[in-house]
Amino acid sequence: MSDQKELSFADFRARIGDQRPREFWRSLEELSRSEVFDEFMAQEFPQQSLPLQKGVDRRSFMKLMGASVTMAGLAACSQPADAIVPYVNQPENLIPGKPIYFASAMTLGGYAQGVLVESHMYRPTKIEGNPDHPSTLGASDAFMQASILDLYDPDRSQVVRKYGDTSTWSEFISALQPVLNGARTNGGSLRLLTQTITSPSLGAQIQRLLQTYPGMRWHQWDAVTRDNIREGGRLAFGGYVSTHYDFTKADVVVSLGSDFLDDGPGHLRYARDFMSRRKVRAGETQTVNRLYAIESGVSSTGSVADHRLPVKPSQVEGYARAIATGLGLAADGAATDNANWIGALVRDLQSKRGRSVVIAGDEQPAAVHAIAHAINAALGNLGSTVLITDPVEVGTTNQLASLAELVRDINAGAVKGLIILGGNPVFDAPADFNFKQVFQKVPFRAHLSMRYDETSNLCQWHIPETHFLETWGDARAHDGTVSIMQPLIAPLYNGRAAIEVLSAMIGGLDQTPYQAVRSYWFANGATEDSWRKWLHDGVVANSALPQRAAAASMAIPPVQRATVSGIEIELRHDPTIYDGRFANNGWLQELPKPQSKITWDNVMLMGPKTADAIGFGKEEREKLFNEKQTRFADVNYRGVSMRLPVWVIPGHSEGSATIFFGYGRTQGGRIASPEGQPIGFNTYPMRFSNALHGGAGAQIRVAEAGIYPVACTQEHQSIDPKDVGERGIVRAGTFEQYKKDPTFAQDEHHGSDPGMEHTEDSMYPPFAYKQHAWAMVIDTSLCTGCNGCVIACQSENNIAIVGKEEVVRERELHWLRIDRYYRGDVSNPEVFHEPVPCMQCELAPCEPVCPVEATSHSEDGLNDMTYNRCVGTRYCSNNCPYKVRRFNFFHYADYDTPALKPMRNPDVTIRTRGVMEKCTYCVQRVNHAKIEAEKQDRRVRDGEVVTACQQACPTEAIVFGDMNDPNSKVAQLKKQPTNFALLGELNTRPRTTYLATIRNPNPELVVAAPAAAEAEHH
Amino acid sequence: MAQIFHRSANTLSRVTIFGAIFFVGFVLWAIGGIVRSPYFTNQGIHREQPVPFSHQHHVAGLGIDCRYCHTSVEKSSFAGLPPTSTCMNCHSQIWTNAEMLEPVRASFASGKPIVWSRVHRLPDFVHFNHSIHVNKGIGCVSCHGRIDTMNLVYQASPLTMEWCLDCHRAPEKHIRPREEVFNLAYVAKDQATLGPELVKKYNVQKLTSCSTCHY
Repeated sequence: MSDQKELSFADFRARIGDQRPREFWRSLEELSRSEVFDEFMAQEFPQQSLPLQKGVDRRSFMKLMGASVTMAGLAACSQPADAIVPYVNQPENLIPGKPIYFASAMTLGGYAQGVLVESHMYRPTKIEGNPDHPSTLGASDAFMQASILDLYDPDRSQVVRKYGDTSTWSEFISALQPVLNGARTNGGSLRLLTQTITSPSLGAQIQRLLQTYPGMRWHQWDAVTRDNIREGGRLAFGGYVSTHYDFTKADVVVSLGSDFLDDGPGHLRYARDFMSRRKVRAGETQTVNRLYAIESGVSSTGSVADHRLPVKPSQVEGYARAIATGLGLAADGAATDNANWIGALVRDLQSKRGRSVVIAGDEQPAAVHAIAHAINAALGNLGSTVLITDPVEVGTTNQLASLAELVRDINAGAVKGLIILGGNPVFDAPADFNFKQVFQKVPFRAHLSMRYDETSNLCQWHIPETHFLETWGDARAHDGTVSIMQPLIAPLYNGRAAIEVLSAMIGGLDQTPYQAVRSYWFANGATEDSWRKWLHDGVVANSALPQRAAAASMAIPPVQRATVSGIEIELRHDPTIYDGRFANNGWLQELPKPQSKITWDNVMLMGPKTADAIGFGKEEREKLFNEKQTRFADVNYRGVSMRLPVWVIPGHSEGSATIFFGYGRTQGGRIASPEGQPIGFNTYPMRFSNALHGGAGAQIRVAEAGIYPVACTQEHQSIDPKDVGERGIVRAGTFEQYKKDPTFAQDEHHGSDPGMEHTEDSMYPPFAYKQHAWAMVIDTSLCTGCNGCVIACQSENNIAIVGKEEVVRERELHWLRIDRYYRGDVSNPEVFHEPVPCMQCELAPCEPVCPVEATSHSEDGLNDMTYNRCVGTRYCSNNCPYKVRRFNFFHYADYDTPALKPMRNPDVTIRTRGVMEKCTYCVQRVNHAKIEAEKQDRRVRDGEVVTACQQACPTEAIVFGDMNDPNSKVAQLKKQPTNFALLGELNTRPRTTYLATIRNPNPELVVAAPAAAEAEHH
Repeated sequence: MAQIFHRSANTLSRVTIFGAIFFVGFVLWAIGGIVRSPYFTNQGIHREQPVPFSHQHHVAGLGIDCRYCHTSVEKSSFAGLPPTSTCMNCHSQIWTNAEMLEPVRASFASGKPIVWSRVHRLPDFVHFNHSIHVNKGIGCVSCHGRIDTMNLVYQASPLTMEWCLDCHRAPEKHIRPREEVFNLAYVAKDQATLGPELVKKYNVQKLTSCSTCHY
């Protein structure tokens, strides 16, 4: 190590007198440049230098060897006979070997997101967004993509259980009868607990149920509650409404703690609409929108904001009041800090009347939502960018009050039977409700759920629930558009839908979900023709709720929040496992969290100064092995003590900490709680009914002992500027700058390494790409770092997960990573996202070094990876300047679990141990399109090949196509003045290039940007 | 000093050293031979089938077109295997009591498919598409041999990568007019002139990139 240090780039730079400051940085560790960090970066490939730590003892070694010898003997025989099984009656329109696509919808938080499901021989294998659905427009998020893994999850509940023992549906029905009989006379004794419902047919059934048992009560609870939005709407409009937004018309957007680009109903649509105003293209006169974000932690929305103001969660309200006051509304309690900032924002808003949006986050109290509505009304945005409709939800209610009522009645002994449809209230109800103890007082408890979870475990009856791909249903999108959900496969595990349970409760109705949904819609205007069309399209035409002529109340609610001392905490649902429901989903567990890049864990996030204050300052952190370890902190909040790992993140507001809930499942399955040991930390005990989203008064102190390993991927596979120099890996500018000099992102402005001349010379003869030349352009302006592409790639390409331990060793297999870069001061840096797939270099450094020609060039310029040739020397990955190659150090792919076999994409080989893999530009899709075009004797048309990442991207940041076709989108984008190649001076001629990030800061607020963020900042 | 080795040791050592070269060569040649042998490739091996279906009888004897059963060969990567109902189209009318066809009737009655023994099998890391070959004028016979002369089907070609590449490098040797693709008995009068013509006409490319088949 010490020898290498003498040759480090820093020394080289010093010798040649290069003192250009570092502009972009990736992590605090990189910024501080501690000894440990330098050592870490010097080991360029720690994943290889680490021993194969999955130890094998002598005994198992002998066993394995014995088995290998036997297998070798078997393998030498000729191939075993293989069976091939045709249908008895082949379904009409099925072409074996060709996928069919069906439209359906997935619900999350009750709201529908339209999907197109790829089905191979009637086995769903991949989920895409439905281009006709208003909430997705063809894009998809990580939850949609990963829900396919949930379908096949072998840990799903498979039988009806009574006290944990196997039982049957009919036994459940008979056990239910006495409870129902009791309810006929005393309706109040029977309760139904559901999550948020937008399904019209389910709503109608619940109404029918309530009529059958007069006095019966229906309660709702979703841990990721939207109560603040509901109540805020009620404050402003005098009754429950639904709000959605049209960001295509918005020139100025102000987010009050809202992550509208990456969370909540309609976020995919919002991201598409919002970013459609950020596509800066040469030759088009255009205006770029502007986003102000006032928030505590860094959200995906905040990360792409032109101006971001990190404030404590409770302070957001003060700023909202300040904006309202600035616009002439009577709001007391306005914040007085950052008056310039707010002043500029207000002037910006005033100049964009009717063309702006102020949007408040779910975590913000109802008052902030009411203020946002009042501001939007004052600006004339209602009906233009802010659209008010009747509630999309069925039986809109304050869910917290609803659950509180249930708890109160149970305590009073009034509840004799409780039927829970979905959800996991024992795990996620507010801590002070003491739901776990309280609900066991109910004499009859039944739970319908996909897993035998914490709640099921405490119910007498558990009924396995169907996945959304297994049953009929319907649901509304964020704008009210109805989608009929159709099953792709018969229930794998004897699941029942909520509709069936309700039918059983109503009695005398032995309806299948199909009959129930169909009869509802035929009673509501469907005909055979329209029904078929709805199923085909995935949406019911013109079913969006009409806009309501609503006038928002301009009365701003009075100040309620009192400021309390201590550190303020904000409780948020986890970005990848939601409220805990996706805890058994390995894809989502291993997906780096959008901003922190942490996998498999929930850590407590805080800013650097707060970390100093709790005793976890720079000195403490430097002792730890960078980005792989952290310390615990003892949190004392409202009488709850908890020890949580702490993580310092630039840009987080000071004096506050963000804590994510959803982890710490005790009965989640083999991934969520291996051997009954929960992964992560259950932070629900910190959620109190009067402070669901956190509050002030937390005492946090770093714990003396204990080092906690964290699988954070931020510094994995990173291109170290220390070694390659500041060569403009990220290039960013402002819209003003772009207008003055559109070529600001070109190489001459990003001085490449002084010793190196950019040259077009090559040792190899030039190659003519006669047919196609596949290429990709990624517009970094549009990337929010949402990770939809990463998981779409995982699903499309059968990418295995490796587990936390292996991620710590940097052996994750994601073919596509999203690098996060910062610029500026650690307290509030600008954030940049850069997705890095394989660059598919025309002069690929990986190719000449392969001793067995396992990686080679195709006639279309693809950098092919031939798995069956690979012998695992890893020379290619050592020689790749972009570090995009992934190696199977172990047998990561699960060959054995039968349930997972039908899930995989049959068009992509499953890789085994000892094989290198990497992004292929979805060559299976390329080949498919080529074959279809060739069959019709034509060229592949632009847009026919869509890579999985491109298809998923909500903002259309990724464009793929044929560079040889001058009219293709990709060829057009390559001509953009902002187009640049990563490490282009290495003359690798990458086919993947980037468009520089262009932000649009308010000229009033632009101060001379600090040229560099060096260690003295912190 | 007395000689340790007898003079014959010289000859012996020469024979051993040069012999070793031949021996290593022989071993390599033998391995090469073995991996190309039917023992490895399954070429020419008949498979026992639940119903002794004769292609010879149905194709040559009755003149049924390939596509009557292998319906998706022109559209999909997979040529398709006839469902039991296809057999029953005829066999509900003729040979209704034949003992040989009992498994077919049983399958049709019970709804349980017939489990055939697979004859042509490629490894999972190879992706072959029937439709593009058929559409570009590669006849069934080029790979599957004279199916119309086979009683029980066997694998006529070795299906090794070397064998695939023989054609991918020189498609003109095997290409035929599109209308003759399903004609198993077709023989070109003058392949040397017809081949290159068709390659041009059908815009056939010599695809030898790894990712043509491996992905």
